[in-house]
Amino acid sequence: MRRRDALPGLGLALGVTWLWLGLIVLVPLAALAIRPWELGLAGVWASVTEPRVLASLRLSFGAALVAALVDLPLGLLVAWVVVRYRFPGRRVLDAAIDLPFALPTAVAGLALTALYAPNGWLGAPLAALGVKVAFTPLGVAVALAFVGLPFIVRMVEPVLRDLGPEAEEAAATLGATRWQAWRLVVLPALGPALVAGVGLAFARAVGEYGSVIFIAGNRPMESEIAPLLIVARLEQYDYAGAAALGLALLLLSFALLLVFGAMQRRLRRGLP
Amino acid sequence: MRRPTEEPAWLRWLLCLLAVAVLGVFLVLPLAAVFAEAFRRGVAPALAALGDPDALAAIRLTLLVAAIAVPVNLVGGVAAAWAIAKFDFPGRRLLTTLIELPFSVSPVISGLVYVLVFGAQGWLGPWLEERGIQVVFALPGLVLATIFVTFPFVARTVIPLMQEQGRTEEEAAATLGAGGWRMAWHVTLPNIRWALLSGVLLCNARAMGEFGAVSVVSGHVRGETNTMPLHIEILYNEYQFVAAFAVAGLLALLALLTLAAKSLLERA
Repeated sequence: MRRRDALPGLGLALGVTWLWLGLIVLVPLAALAIRPWELGLAGVWASVTEPRVLASLRLSFGAALVAALVDLPLGLLVAWVVVRYRFPGRRVLDAAIDLPFALPTAVAGLALTALYAPNGWLGAPLAALGVKVAFTPLGVAVALAFVGLPFIVRMVEPVLRDLGPEAEEAAATLGATRWQAWRLVVLPALGPALVAGVGLAFARAVGEYGSVIFIAGNRPMESEIAPLLIVARLEQYDYAGAAALGLALLLLSFALLLVFGAMQRRLRRGLP
Repeated sequence: MRRPTEEPAWLRWLLCLLAVAVLGVFLVLPLAAVFAEAFRRGVAPALAALGDPDALAAIRLTLLVAAIAVPVNLVGGVAAAWAIAKFDFPGRRLLTTLIELPFSVSPVISGLVYVLVFGAQGWLGPWLEERGIQVVFALPGLVLATIFVTFPFVARTVIPLMQEQGRTEEEAAATLGAGGWRMAWHVTLPNIRWALLSGVLLCNARAMGEFGAVSVVSGHVRGETNTMPLHIEILYNEYQFVAAFAVAGLLALLALLTLAAKSLLERA
């Protein structure tokens, strides 16, 4: 016979949880997995390999990768400064990091468009240098870098805090310069967290919609992201086509997360 | 003399300045641009835009959607946290992964899945139409999509804390004869109240600001199915920039308040 647990409520809690999860998440996601096949295997393939779709997927994944890689050094710098240094305004700086998490995506999209438009505060000087940001693929990358930055800072911060100065002290005792200690001791310890942060920023950026569509200009084959194409298909009542593209996007991002997970495990090997 | 594990002072200051510059250009400047654009013609036009009947309808709808979606995720999140943090059962890791799942789904897909189930050509579409029930392009669709995108917030803020606290206090309460609800009310809830509040705040901020998912299920009927973020898009596409940025400013203010409250709660 099974021993009765001292604490009550497991059955009720699990019942509520599975009901909530099933109705809100699992059944609707099942629709996404099933509906595309109304088109048949060949139909699904044709629907996700249209030139316009391929161009949008290239843009979504390409700009997301560029944005995550730009965020990598910036996030590392911000995390380092917030954890290691004491200076006036550090608290405000720390709170400001989460702004892209808290700011509604449509507001971010509008703000970035105003900022980088040819007559905007940053857009005008950049235009004088011959760089167009708003309404180009570069604008897409800028918006994605905005939403991705906190992921890297928040992944690196706790690791950096736990690292403590002991390992660096040891390196200094053994005669390492500050730069050597940083490159050979600190950076490898941060590796897994950096990869995890880049993975999260990348995954978020691939599906991002609200902060991108205002600044992108949305020209087919050039600055049209994949989520926007899903919306366009739905507006034409092409449910199966929209579902096919949605499923493709979801599976590609899961594959991506698996790759980043594997990289993280590789980097963690050999660490204490 | 500086310690061997410290950077020289000039480098420290340079890095601090660089970090401030990065956050200033990257995060603060866009925020400032919202308010600058909203008040471009002074305070009165911005306030007038917020008093417009369609804007008021959008604000009311946003509050209503959040008032339904947040409690649903609060109850679900606490139930999930109780099971996952206090017990060991088969499928526990799977459950944890599934609860996090909505965060890795594109907002557009979060809306799309409900259209596939409840839309005119959805699985339940014809059945709902016969009975005159509208889900997509109506309040229920907006609420469902919002619950989906804000699903993990409460659970993920509460679970780590409850796991850390373990189950000794609850076991003591049980030994002293407390029933389940009494134990939850007097022992568990007081222990997790700040984390719970923080999770609810984040959940609420996202619920009120969600754009992609609700955009797909809304149908954009002015004054009826437009939440604030959707209202912003319509105003912007109609070149009513001051009005668009005024409503955006209101949402930005909500975001700032949420960040401030979260920062205070983390210190509590």
